[in-house]
Amino acid sequence: MDFGLSQDQVMLKDTIRRWLEAECPTTRVRSIMESETGHDPALWRGLAELGVTGLQVPPAFGGSGLELLDVALAAEEMGAACTPGPFLASAMATAALLASNDAEAHQRWLPGIASGEVIATLALGEAQEVWDADELTVTATDATLTGEKPLVPYGALADLIVVAAKDASGPGLWLVERGAAGLTTTPLQGTDMTRRVASVSFAKTPAVKIASGRAAIDRARDAGLVLLAADAHGGSARCIDMTTKYALTREQFGQPIGAFQAVKHQLADMVTELEPGTSLWWYAAHAWDQIPDKAERHAALAKAHTTDLYDRVTRVSTELHGGIGFTWEYDLHLWFRRAIFDRSYLGSAATNRLRAADLAGW
Amino acid sequence: MNLSYSAEYEQFRAEVRDFLAKNWSAEDAAAGPDTDSVAAMTGAFVRTDERATAFRQAAIDRGYLYRHVPRKYGGSEQASDPLKATIIAEEWKRSKAPFEIMGQGPSMLVPTLIEHGTDEQRDTLIKATLLGHIKWCQGYSEPNAGSDLASLRTRGVLDGDHWVVNGQKIWTSNAKEAQWMFALVRTEPEAPKHDGISYLLIEMNTPGIDVRPLRQMTGDSDFSEVFLENVRVPAKNIVGKRGQGWIVSRSTLKHERALIGNASLQRRTFDGLVMMAQAIEHHGKPAIKDPVIRHRLLELEARLLAAELHGYRLLTASARNEDTGIAGMVPKLYSTQLAYDISKLAMDVMGAGGLLAQGEPAAPAMGMFGTAYMWSLGILIAGGAANIQRNIIAERGLGMPRDARK
Repeated sequence: MDFGLSQDQVMLKDTIRRWLEAECPTTRVRSIMESETGHDPALWRGLAELGVTGLQVPPAFGGSGLELLDVALAAEEMGAACTPGPFLASAMATAALLASNDAEAHQRWLPGIASGEVIATLALGEAQEVWDADELTVTATDATLTGEKPLVPYGALADLIVVAAKDASGPGLWLVERGAAGLTTTPLQGTDMTRRVASVSFAKTPAVKIASGRAAIDRARDAGLVLLAADAHGGSARCIDMTTKYALTREQFGQPIGAFQAVKHQLADMVTELEPGTSLWWYAAHAWDQIPDKAERHAALAKAHTTDLYDRVTRVSTELHGGIGFTWEYDLHLWFRRAIFDRSYLGSAATNRLRAADLAGW
Repeated sequence: MNLSYSAEYEQFRAEVRDFLAKNWSAEDAAAGPDTDSVAAMTGAFVRTDERATAFRQAAIDRGYLYRHVPRKYGGSEQASDPLKATIIAEEWKRSKAPFEIMGQGPSMLVPTLIEHGTDEQRDTLIKATLLGHIKWCQGYSEPNAGSDLASLRTRGVLDGDHWVVNGQKIWTSNAKEAQWMFALVRTEPEAPKHDGISYLLIEMNTPGIDVRPLRQMTGDSDFSEVFLENVRVPAKNIVGKRGQGWIVSRSTLKHERALIGNASLQRRTFDGLVMMAQAIEHHGKPAIKDPVIRHRLLELEARLLAAELHGYRLLTASARNEDTGIAGMVPKLYSTQLAYDISKLAMDVMGAGGLLAQGEPAAPAMGMFGTAYMWSLGILIAGGAANIQRNIIAERGLGMPRDARK
């Protein structure tokens, strides 16, 4: 039994962290988030050169062939740095492609995803809080898709959209390429400006089916849940770190505010919840990789738990900063907004918990 | 990272089952006395009769019990492996076999003696403690030394080859049953407060010791006041050097927090809660089908899993000789809050049934959750109250300025 990161994994995290510190400080985060697309091709190329876009892509297609845990460690660092761009979208689409076992699709798309030249996303959720494969309404007939996906991460930018839809035989996955006939993408203004969303509609849009049944959809969703949990954890840790430093330097009543027990105790409570949470999403990622019968429940529980905590941490961190924390100029709201995305996307905490209860047979 | 139950572990489980089948029969299990309420709460089986002792010894020889204690002191000295530990605990529970003796002796004193004791202390005390032949109580808190433990005033004065101890201890768990006490005593009154304390081992049948039970809010009496009047303690019964008792006690307290921070009690309460929520009906449907209860239950399950997995992470880190840092400081605070929230949900699942006390036959689950609900408050305070934990985490973990202290 071993429940810790390998040396390679620690190195992977450190490499990404140092690179993001140098290349993506919050000044750059802000300029990207205020841009039209919320995507910086130069930053994306840099991440691709680091290998971040191809972590889970098999070596035969130009990737590293690593596990979801490794992707999650990257997500943690991106969450900590509040890195803007289609990382989550691309990672979920990659997980969906891999789960499809469609060799032709792998050949056609995975090399471009690994090299960063292709931006892919996953179109899963639908209106009325539909996140489950059995409730999908987007419908395939005669190799075309019709219907609407109201909130697709980087849906307006993606070269490739992996669409969860249904046909006469039930749910499955289809591929739609940018510019396809009847495809309309409309960028939407999101609260989290570092992960853009778009509404995507299909009107007899040509599509290639790559998977039948709900298993591949669930697999991609569970990967997304784990990555959201990792992102949320990284963001929470960063907010606590910022607040800790602030409490040591900000003086009131002639002393650092961190000398007051009220402040100490709020900080201690946050870190007390944060630390055990690490193990929860580590394990969820490990289960996705190695322990299939635990993967689905743990992904749901980790996402619900970690994003709930992210909400509390960003609130308390802002409160402890006082007025400065509530300003646009100070960076905390970047994470506050990111926490909103992590909580809402792929189902609320309650949705995921109730699903975990169903899965337990309770 | 590897946490899957591989073939190696399935093989291990088969070995454990085989051992139990050969060494502990249903008749053995049925022959024992009923466990007392605290032992039932903590899942401890407290049989220490000859049959139980022989069984424990066999289990130690096979490497199943006291896996962290060196062989030469009576343990089984196995590599730390939470999956194996989990398998052992599950199989022991299934067979109702005598498990490790719980409580402050094996969990706190034994690691302290291993770290700081003399050879004689280790040889005479550790094995007897592990087999349940010596029960211990902890003489730390005093009426005026609670969170500020180092201000304790119980005095020890060297008189020939004996310490003469005078003073009063309080909140002393199991003092009625214990044969020995490990105590903090002020032996160097002129020294700064932390440097004037020694760690003494005191036999409870020594003349001058008066144990007066206190009744806690649960209605039971598990702790006492202990009055010490001219109690003569052999000089050799000091652990560590004169004036170093505070340092020695830090290692004991660390073990106590690990004991209270361990989530196994919370796991048992949670599993019991799930069973109860499936059995109790509200408005004609099992309580567990109520979405509000379901939601709270799953929120708690994630926290419980986080606590358990965090334990695995800390064990892995210590096996690799990595510093656990702030991660190692949080389990006590985390798991005591969790214990409260689990037992609170259990009270809500019982609804009006929660009005009934433990011992009332009509009470759901024999009223044990009401007691757990009260105990969750006890463990919040024991071993360093929650706000003291928060200070430690903020000051030592996050580097905040220390509180002013006198």
